[in-house]
Amino acid sequence: MSWLVSNWSQVSQYGLAHLWLSIPPIVLGFVLSVPLGWVANRFALTRGALLTIGGILYAIPSLPLFALLPSLIGTRILDPINVEIALTLYAVALMLRTTADGLAAVSGDVKLSATAVGFGAARRFFGVELPLAGPVLLAGLRVVSVSTVSLVTVGSVIGVNSLGYFFIDGYQRAFYTEVWVGIVGTVLIALVFDTLLVLLGRALMPWTRRGAGGRRRDALAQSRWAVLR
Amino acid sequence: MIEFRDVTKRFPDGTLAVSELSLVIPPRQVTVFVGSSGSGKTTILRMINRMVDPTSGTVAIDGVDVATREPVALRRSIGYVMQNSGLLPHRTVLDNIATVPLLRGEKKTEARARARALMDVVGLDGSLAERYPAQLSGGQQQRVGVARGLAVDPNILLMDEPFGAVDPLVRAELQTELKRLQHELDKTVVFVTHDIDEAFLLGDQVVLFKPGGIVAQAGRPAELLERPADAFVAEFIEAGRPRSILR
Repeated sequence: MSWLVSNWSQVSQYGLAHLWLSIPPIVLGFVLSVPLGWVANRFALTRGALLTIGGILYAIPSLPLFALLPSLIGTRILDPINVEIALTLYAVALMLRTTADGLAAVSGDVKLSATAVGFGAARRFFGVELPLAGPVLLAGLRVVSVSTVSLVTVGSVIGVNSLGYFFIDGYQRAFYTEVWVGIVGTVLIALVFDTLLVLLGRALMPWTRRGAGGRRRDALAQSRWAVLR
Repeated sequence: MIEFRDVTKRFPDGTLAVSELSLVIPPRQVTVFVGSSGSGKTTILRMINRMVDPTSGTVAIDGVDVATREPVALRRSIGYVMQNSGLLPHRTVLDNIATVPLLRGEKKTEARARARALMDVVGLDGSLAERYPAQLSGGQQQRVGVARGLAVDPNILLMDEPFGAVDPLVRAELQTELKRLQHELDKTVVFVTHDIDEAFLLGDQVVLFKPGGIVAQAGRPAELLERPADAFVAEFIEAGRPRSILR
């Protein structure tokens, strides 16, 4: 505890850096997955191709990818942009399948009826399909968020510092208090992000709460009838 | 008036859904398309608002070929009600009813005010306005569907088996309600069903389809009942009678 107090300025500085390193890949991963998910569903060929590429991308270990990127895209070796690009790739790879599945699962009846009352293609996508895929997208985004917050720590190995620094430093010095500070801090950030996402989902998708309540009531009413019969 | 002239529809897989259909749907009346599944009745209905385009032949509304109309604008000018209501699950009752006025660019406050008035017209309690479709009963959802179909005061209302998924009591109630509404509103209604009783109850004109979108007989309900054109028509009507009571 005393270590934490005396090193608080460094811990909070790296904690903030951790936050800022995590946000862009999560946001970009989500945003990019939407058009890609749409393309994946649009054509039979692209679905297989995109989802396979996504799967392979995610299988590349993060450390070599961080180290390789500068030579591939010409960035400086210590530039945090390498970590950001790599983590965005992972986020897209993870999110793509969820987005594609979420969009594909939107009820055909609802899509048909939206077309029948005069939604154009773009309005139907953004006004009907995307919001209705929302709960699935949120579930995927929560996984991406946790995974990104955790992967950011690997950047510390190549000098892009975050709370990950403390478990590398603590491990090298066999000083486990420091390791624990890094781990607990990382988990806390992941929890904060997750809570924010859940709250955001509730605010943006009120029908899922009240709708679910309604369905539960219906189910309850039906089961009562079943008993009466 | 809606007119089909020599309309044929062949789907990409080769199925002939409609062949050489010529049919006139008179204005301000209820025309019911009835037939078993595979008779092409829904396909024919969907040609009116260009959800389906014919392979050959023309569909005309008041003398204007619908193929010359922009599909999205055309659909916004025609009411559409479907089975399981087809409501948007993520919008409240009020916003569902206001969907088409909003798509047409009307102001939100005006569209909602009209939606409220329409809830009254279709017999929905105002307290349901802020609910989501999943929180309504099947009958209530169907009423919202009808209100949405009427929201821009269209001349034509297309109804694709709208009461197919509700229980018999609610269905009877909705049928009576539709007759009352039609009496007040005087729309050109095209109604699709596979239930011959419903067809006779609601239709000023009934069109009975054979498989492949062929008209077996078209006329007033009394005509079909008294003078069935052939054995198919007679059998179809006979099959709709409540057998369990008679025997």
